[in-house]
Amino acid sequence: MTRTNMSQDKFTIEVNGVELEAKPGQMLIEVTDAAGIYIPRFCYHKKLSVAANCRMCLVEVEKAPKPLPACATPVMDGMKVSTKSANALEAQKSVMEFLLINHPLDCPICDQGGECELQDLAMGYGRDISRYAERKRVVRDKDIGPLISTDMTRCIHCTRCIRFGEEIAGLQELGAMGRGDRMKIGTFIEQSVDHELSGNVIDLCPVGALNSKPYRFSARAWEMIQHATIAPHDCFGSNLYAHVLNGRVKRMVPRSNEAVNETWISDRDRFSYEGIYAEDRLQSPMLKTNGQWQECSWPDALEKAASGMKALVDAHGGNALGALVSPSATTEEAYLAARVMRHLGSGNIDHRLRQQDFRGQQQDGLFPWLGMSIEEVSGLDAALLVGSNLRHEVPMMAHRIRKAALDGAAISLLNPEQFEYLFPIHESLVAEQLADELASLVKAAGAGAGFSEGVSSLLAGTPEPGESHQRLVASLSDAGNSAIFLGLISVRHADYATIRMLAAELAKLTNANLGYISEGANSGGASIAGALPHRGPSGEQLSSSGANAAEMAGGSCRGMLLLGVEPGSDCAGNMLQAVEAAELVVALTPFFSEQIKAHADVVLPVGTFAETSGTFVNAEGRWQSFSGVASPVGDSRPGWKVLRVLGNLLDMPDCDYQSSESVRDELKTALGPVEPGNSLDTAVKLADTLGERTTSSPADCALCIPVYQVDALVRRAKSLQMTRDARGHGEPEMRRSA
Amino acid sequence: MSNFSSIIKTFTLWELLKGMRVTLRYFFSKKITVLYPEEKTPQSPRFRGLHALRRYPNGEERCIACKLCQAVCPAAAITIESTVAEDGTRRTSSYDIDLFKCIYCGFCEEACPVDAIVETRVFEYHMEKRGQHIMTKEKLLAVGDKYEAIIAADRATDAKYR
Repeated sequence: MTRTNMSQDKFTIEVNGVELEAKPGQMLIEVTDAAGIYIPRFCYHKKLSVAANCRMCLVEVEKAPKPLPACATPVMDGMKVSTKSANALEAQKSVMEFLLINHPLDCPICDQGGECELQDLAMGYGRDISRYAERKRVVRDKDIGPLISTDMTRCIHCTRCIRFGEEIAGLQELGAMGRGDRMKIGTFIEQSVDHELSGNVIDLCPVGALNSKPYRFSARAWEMIQHATIAPHDCFGSNLYAHVLNGRVKRMVPRSNEAVNETWISDRDRFSYEGIYAEDRLQSPMLKTNGQWQECSWPDALEKAASGMKALVDAHGGNALGALVSPSATTEEAYLAARVMRHLGSGNIDHRLRQQDFRGQQQDGLFPWLGMSIEEVSGLDAALLVGSNLRHEVPMMAHRIRKAALDGAAISLLNPEQFEYLFPIHESLVAEQLADELASLVKAAGAGAGFSEGVSSLLAGTPEPGESHQRLVASLSDAGNSAIFLGLISVRHADYATIRMLAAELAKLTNANLGYISEGANSGGASIAGALPHRGPSGEQLSSSGANAAEMAGGSCRGMLLLGVEPGSDCAGNMLQAVEAAELVVALTPFFSEQIKAHADVVLPVGTFAETSGTFVNAEGRWQSFSGVASPVGDSRPGWKVLRVLGNLLDMPDCDYQSSESVRDELKTALGPVEPGNSLDTAVKLADTLGERTTSSPADCALCIPVYQVDALVRRAKSLQMTRDARGHGEPEMRRSA
Repeated sequence: MSNFSSIIKTFTLWELLKGMRVTLRYFFSKKITVLYPEEKTPQSPRFRGLHALRRYPNGEERCIACKLCQAVCPAAAITIESTVAEDGTRRTSSYDIDLFKCIYCGFCEEACPVDAIVETRVFEYHMEKRGQHIMTKEKLLAVGDKYEAIIAADRATDAKYR
């Protein structure tokens, strides 16, 4: 009987008299959730394993002697379930009564009040008067770091936070000690919760035991307005909701999108909003006259900026002017900045601020593409990460890779130092010279076949492959679905072009996809918008190439336009010196930092991602537009509006955009349908495009930017700066033993 | 005929005499007016007048910044900002009631889980300058401190009906 049932691929069950179809192996609650029949629950979460310890989802099943938990009851063919029968309701109400024995009645001072699962369900299943006169349990609070506040007395032991640590984060930072009503959730040895996704336990906690510390007591759930937006720090493009009160962002929470961030977001995306209201936020346009900063009106500042740039270009030609665009600026801002620069006759514009090696740039694709969709990453069979501290670069991507690894994918690493990854690793190569190791891998992959002259020149003098190289290459070529990802350490590497060529060769030989992890939230959008010295909008090939970021850092420009860039912190090389030496520096910036104060001449306050509308293009090429969610701080304006008026003042034709959407649509129409690709030209061309191999700089570790230092906004997020990750990188051993 | 009677009534001042009869009746009946402000009419313990914020006997503010009064207020007269106090508790950093918006419905008092915001029996108040209609937290606490005895007595009287 059972056997025949299991061989069926579809079951029919009856819930509350309604016939539903179910797949064998599904739990009852999954079927009812899909059908929109609500069963109360606390411990069940669709992304976590089944614990069945809250017992709130008890339902009545025909022929079962006792009520069964819907989250842990597999469906059977012909099962008759009642979720609302007298017996089921009696069971649910009794469970609720048990849960409320020890839960404090402090909803008015609890941040979860108004959005609390226990509070909501107590409305439906709770008694109006408690039958218990005994004292309630009290649990001492723990300090688990600057991001998560605890009120452990409120804990109902659903263990969602524990399962999150085990199953999603990969680092079990929270655990349960004791049994029964003496069970306590806590960190095992007194330490903080430091994982870069740890903030998700705030959303998971069905009660107010774990809450956001920066948000603590500052607003109530019902008085805020929820706006959709996109995360501005990495190329993953996590979907967010901003919760806004009186025009101020109070907190960020994840917006579910199965194709991108599922239901999680990284701590960086969750807590960086604090930076929006940093103390050094620029309140109004300012001019530097005789070394003194003076506030001025928008027309004056824009006029000064426009006339200054015009005068510079008239006197010294277009190439005297250079523009640096933040890789986290919106596509619209990058597009308009590129248009303004090209209108002034300058091709010197770049958003690849931390890149040092531009030798291979003519072979760049339309934008740095991941080589696949984000969803496909978790379905990989094998992957090699080249030069990437992925957990710090793109925390959510590391989660996707981890998912693949737990499904059995062979994930290998090639890094200048050992980074901590929380999943089984196939091979981990640690080498100062990434290119040498890659060359060994290429040799191992192409063993037997002769290499063309171009590749041979790159392979000359490199060590012979060892056993680990062979194993790594075999894992890539044996896998049906494999990928090689170039991380940000590769991209920032002084020998990037070589690394990339070798990686492309290895990808070709092992039949793997080549993919890029890119800087900022919008390297993709900035590339498509033409914020590049050698490409116009929509990848248009230019006859002459302007100065790239490295050349501008060398001091090739007399005038600089900075768009959301802090030259000392956001750029490779001596950009700060170049900016200092420039005669005219026009900075469009949300923050009036010391660097800007010292070296700029005109500062125009622009909004952060929360205050402007725009579009980010993430690593998989997904265009995600968002609108401004918060009121502008001070007199700041959205960057695209400022650039539009600058264009008008400089008599740029066709610059009458009424909205950021019209800017985006103009670019998107010109772009047409896109088939992203990462294929580099054949290996024979390598030698032509690349010069001599440069020896890699010894300071490879400096290429690894700490997770909470990547951009101006996150550097100003107070709570993130108090975390362990902010205090330094690459000391996992110290962290564990501390 | 009707014409005739109306002429008679006009010339005999009949309507006036009718009115004087009412006057005469009230002249001898029991008085219901009081000599305000020396005399006052009785008030219910549920009287809803000027607002006050109460304290516990040890001087600690009752209000915990739960914002339920702000949420329930039908006139949107209450504005609260909450913060983490020095001792780590949830407290208001500002609590403003706009007396011009307030409709004195008493919902705030009903919503309050800690009996912090109350409406007192005080109804004789005035403003002389613009902006004085905003009852700030300090003013509300001052009202509460001044009338605590009567506020507490009124709550006690009414407690059994709640």
